[in-house]
Amino acid sequence: MNIFDVIGPVMIGPSSSHTAGAVRLGNVARLILGEAVMEARIGLHGSFAETHRGHGTDRALVAGLLGWATDDLRIPNSFEFAETAGLAVTFSDINLGELAHPNSVRFNLIGQAGTRSDVTGASIGGGRVQVTRVDDFPVELTGDFATLLVTHHDQPGVISLVTAVLGQQGINIAQMRVSREQKGARALMVLETDQTVTDEALRAIAALPPVERARRIQID
Amino acid sequence: MFCLQRQAADLETTEAAILARMEALLPVMRDSIQAGLQGHRSVGGLVGGDAAKMAAYGAECPGNSVVGPVLADAVTMALAVGEANASMGRIVAAPTAGSSGVLPAVLFALGKSRRLSNKQLAEGLLVAGAIGMVIASRATLSGAAGGCQAECGAAAAMAAGAAVDLCGGKPAQVGDAVAMALKNMLGLVCDPVAGLVEVPCVKRNAGAAAQALVAAEMALAGVTSVIPVDEVIDAMGSIGAALPAALRETARGGLADTPTGREWAKRLFAGKGEGNSTET
Repeated sequence: MNIFDVIGPVMIGPSSSHTAGAVRLGNVARLILGEAVMEARIGLHGSFAETHRGHGTDRALVAGLLGWATDDLRIPNSFEFAETAGLAVTFSDINLGELAHPNSVRFNLIGQAGTRSDVTGASIGGGRVQVTRVDDFPVELTGDFATLLVTHHDQPGVISLVTAVLGQQGINIAQMRVSREQKGARALMVLETDQTVTDEALRAIAALPPVERARRIQID
Repeated sequence: MFCLQRQAADLETTEAAILARMEALLPVMRDSIQAGLQGHRSVGGLVGGDAAKMAAYGAECPGNSVVGPVLADAVTMALAVGEANASMGRIVAAPTAGSSGVLPAVLFALGKSRRLSNKQLAEGLLVAGAIGMVIASRATLSGAAGGCQAECGAAAAMAAGAAVDLCGGKPAQVGDAVAMALKNMLGLVCDPVAGLVEVPCVKRNAGAAAQALVAAEMALAGVTSVIPVDEVIDAMGSIGAALPAALRETARGGLADTPTGREWAKRLFAGKGEGNSTET
């Protein structure tokens, strides 16, 4: 938390949880997909399901998927812009269980090049968000830091290969979490960093043999 | 100011840059007041036009004000920002969107009566932000977690502290103002009608602005809080945790559960439960 989390964000009303947080969740989901979103199935849980229309949460989520900022004056009209952009969106109510945060959402996204990503996250207050699941991997991703997502094969030495690239580029790791489907299968590394992950670092990491995909999450 | 040094280090920037960023928020706050005074209806249609009524009342018969010019201005501005927020206008969450009217109302009403510069107002925002960070770390700023005492209550406390600082009060007086403003908002439930940030949120912003000014006035006069400010914040946190879920932003209790509140919810969300699926 910094002082601009308390005095801020500049945002479109009416609710930091239901509107600004929703825009940020849409943005993070879009960046996790890593390409322009063409189809989005959006499941709303709890309070999001109950009040999304009155709060404009639905419009805010779509605005985020379009890559807009929390204070974009077009947010109330995001559905019209999505239609023009060829982005098809469907909303439904879902139940993520008692333990899920009341302001939770699950995106099933399909991108321009056919990539699919499933992203689950919550708006946790004051416009701050937490992504809890990417595809089948549990994560803890806030978007507060510059973040690098690396999908790779679970084998010895991958972490050191990735962190070596970051170290050479002068990029400091603030937090890191690795999870895998099962031993030796597909794994996901989430690194939150103090400095922006440069294009050069991103390319170098994506080119490492055990790495399947590398994506950069950076929202202002 | 230690907090400013620490923030500059954390954000890898200079103290001057932080002050400049704060100052850049002032025009957004001013614009949100102007937008609210236009009288746009909210998304749910429950609020809109009350700030304009207050402004017209003040303009027609300034001598008739019950509370005097500073508080009347603050009430007008708090309603204006609340209404701008409810109509999906651009605002500065401070600390949240639902409570975004309190701080600009208090700062600009004082700024008008005391001819404060933008730099001074930006310093006021810094003081308010530092207070908000303490409340966030000891308790909460979320209505869903702690009720409206955590949103409008925290906003009142932040605005009260900023007001005392802007009026030349000592740091101890800032602490007393924060304590007294928050004390007068303790127990405040979050009970939005139909779950929307409209009723009672908009008028509560006006009430919170008044509490902030009252607390600031007391602190500047030398009135102190018997319970120290940290303990008041802790009490707010424990009250929030003890509040039943129906009174924490779920729209299942309080004003949301009155006959009129339920009627509005039914009218606005008719057809819900039949899939509730919309397509763009």
